[in-house]
Amino acid sequence: MSSATPSAPEASAGLFSRTKAIPAVGPILVLLAFCLVFAITNPRFLAPHNQSIILQQTIVVGTLAIGQTLVILTAGIDLAVGAICVLGTIVAGKLVLLGYDPLLSMLFAVFLCTLSGFVAGALVSRLDLPPFIVTLGTLGILTAALRLISKGGAFPVQDDFLGLTGNTFRVGSFVLTYGVIAMLLLYAIVWYLLNETRWGRHLYAIGNNPEAARLVGIPVRLHLLQVYALAGLIYGLTAWLALGRIPNADPNALQTANLDSITAVVIGGTSLFGGRGGLVGTLIGALIVGVLRNGLTLAGIDPLWQDLVTGILVIVAVAFDQLSRRRR
Amino acid sequence: MSALTATPEIDGAPRIVLEARNIVKSYGHVVALDGVDFDLRAGEILAVVGDNGAGKSTLIKTLTGAVVPDSGEILLDGQPVHFKGPLDARHRGIETVYQDLAVAPALDIPSNLFLGRELLAPGILGSVFRRLDKRRMREEAEKAMADLKFRLPSIASRVENLSGGQRQGVAVARAAVFARKLAIMDEPTAALGVRETGQVLELIRAIRDRGLPVVLISHNMPNVFELADRIFIMRLGRRAAVVSPKTHTMADVVAIMTGAVKVEAG
Ligand SMILES: Nc1ncnc2c1ncn2[C@@H]1O[C@H](COP(=O)(O)OP(=O)(O)O)[C@@H](O)[C@H]1O
Ligand SMILES: [Mg+2]
Repeated sequence: MSSATPSAPEASAGLFSRTKAIPAVGPILVLLAFCLVFAITNPRFLAPHNQSIILQQTIVVGTLAIGQTLVILTAGIDLAVGAICVLGTIVAGKLVLLGYDPLLSMLFAVFLCTLSGFVAGALVSRLDLPPFIVTLGTLGILTAALRLISKGGAFPVQDDFLGLTGNTFRVGSFVLTYGVIAMLLLYAIVWYLLNETRWGRHLYAIGNNPEAARLVGIPVRLHLLQVYALAGLIYGLTAWLALGRIPNADPNALQTANLDSITAVVIGGTSLFGGRGGLVGTLIGALIVGVLRNGLTLAGIDPLWQDLVTGILVIVAVAFDQLSRRRR
Repeated sequence: MSALTATPEIDGAPRIVLEARNIVKSYGHVVALDGVDFDLRAGEILAVVGDNGAGKSTLIKTLTGAVVPDSGEILLDGQPVHFKGPLDARHRGIETVYQDLAVAPALDIPSNLFLGRELLAPGILGSVFRRLDKRRMREEAEKAMADLKFRLPSIASRVENLSGGQRQGVAVARAAVFARKLAIMDEPTAALGVRETGQVLELIRAIRDRGLPVVLISHNMPNVFELADRIFIMRLGRRAAVVSPKTHTMADVVAIMTGAVKVEAG
């Protein structure tokens, strides 16, 4: 019939070998490098006591970064992470102060956080508004509303249940809090969701190529809505962990949560363009941010320098992301 | 695959798998389809050709449920069907390969093959914990590729690490695996080089040889003449003619396409 018999497909062994690589190997090297520098310059850095502190300092950003990862995997961005979490702490704290049951107060606070995510998700998925603008607007609205509600001031939250996640236990010479365990548990659950279920597979497909996802029958809009609502739920749970860390509800807290959580996600290897990356990298990325802030604090460096360095870090990470995208 | 493996009769009256009668579709003042009749026979490769704007894509979309016609009838295995969306058509065994946009490049081959139809693990792991059966998907993907004699570097490759032809091969294989009635391909080789086009054409032939009829939209006349059992020529939203590559030349087909020669539709 014809002479155009297809020859053997060109094997691209070089490229293919890349897929077998451990995805988080880059972030792990960065983490080790930072640890090495801080360990050399300050012997206190490696003390078990300080390692426990780093873990505890990572809880809030680390848990927020789970939600941020989900949103970024859809090629979105969430600038309301900190604001939604603060919403949770203020609502739970206020209700308990007013004499309501702590458990119900916390549940209601988590519900409100989920609702915030749901509304943002509805605007993104139904009206096709850019996630950047929707979550920036959410940030502005929530921040102003919370300052109005709490009349600008922070207030202490003294309650056993709300502070529960701050309780400690010992593992050898390490002191861990329930909050650390809760964070790791959340990582494990969402990791399972992302890597082992249909839901996670569809999330990657949507972030990767939304048109292909739609054509194969994945309900793209519904999925996006679920992602933002789940992220809101995670930020609400983070509020509980935050109250265990610091028993204080402060409308001005978590100002650097956007910077830190986005840095954690991107330095962990998740692409801002969506569909690539995952939670193992994000956990390492959150630890990098924690180690950086801890190490610089130990060195007695002004916190503003920490923000500055984190800012540089996120830009470098995004630059790498962009470069590797160009190579694809 | 039971009824589909019947080989098409060369002469006589082969079974008609998909039929469309008097399809009309307008977009405002533009009449994209002006009363088109269409039929696809068991086991054949039917090429659909026509100038830009002739209505090829619109016709295909009405057959895959992506567009609902203003009037006309569509019959699948002789039964009237009314597709409300692409999912409807897919559930009825019609698979479509789109020119591009059909794969998720960062996912591996099995994930792309099963995209939207992932297999769940047996037992409560699947039913309660919604766990994917990655192993079975990998094995079935490997088997599908072997059946189609489509060689790939490794089934675990991400699609972005494949050549253009291999990528399109994955999309075509997806249609081959899931199509129970027919597969439709809208310019599957338009973006490919000569050698990669060869790979995909071979794949389309392999699908036909398994007994599944294929509708192939193409601008590439040599490809069409190499592959097609019949050629459906569209012009200005109508069926201009259906010809056999054995009785007509490329020049004939082009002449009908452009209106230089008129043929009684039949
Ligand atoms: N969604 C649409 N809206 C308006 N006009 C359309 C649309 N789709 C197709 N058309 C018109 O219908 C006619 C047939 O288009 P199409 O089916 O895409 O042709 P082909 O695929 O053969 O190039 C063209 O005139 C085109 O402009
Ligand atoms: Mg077209």
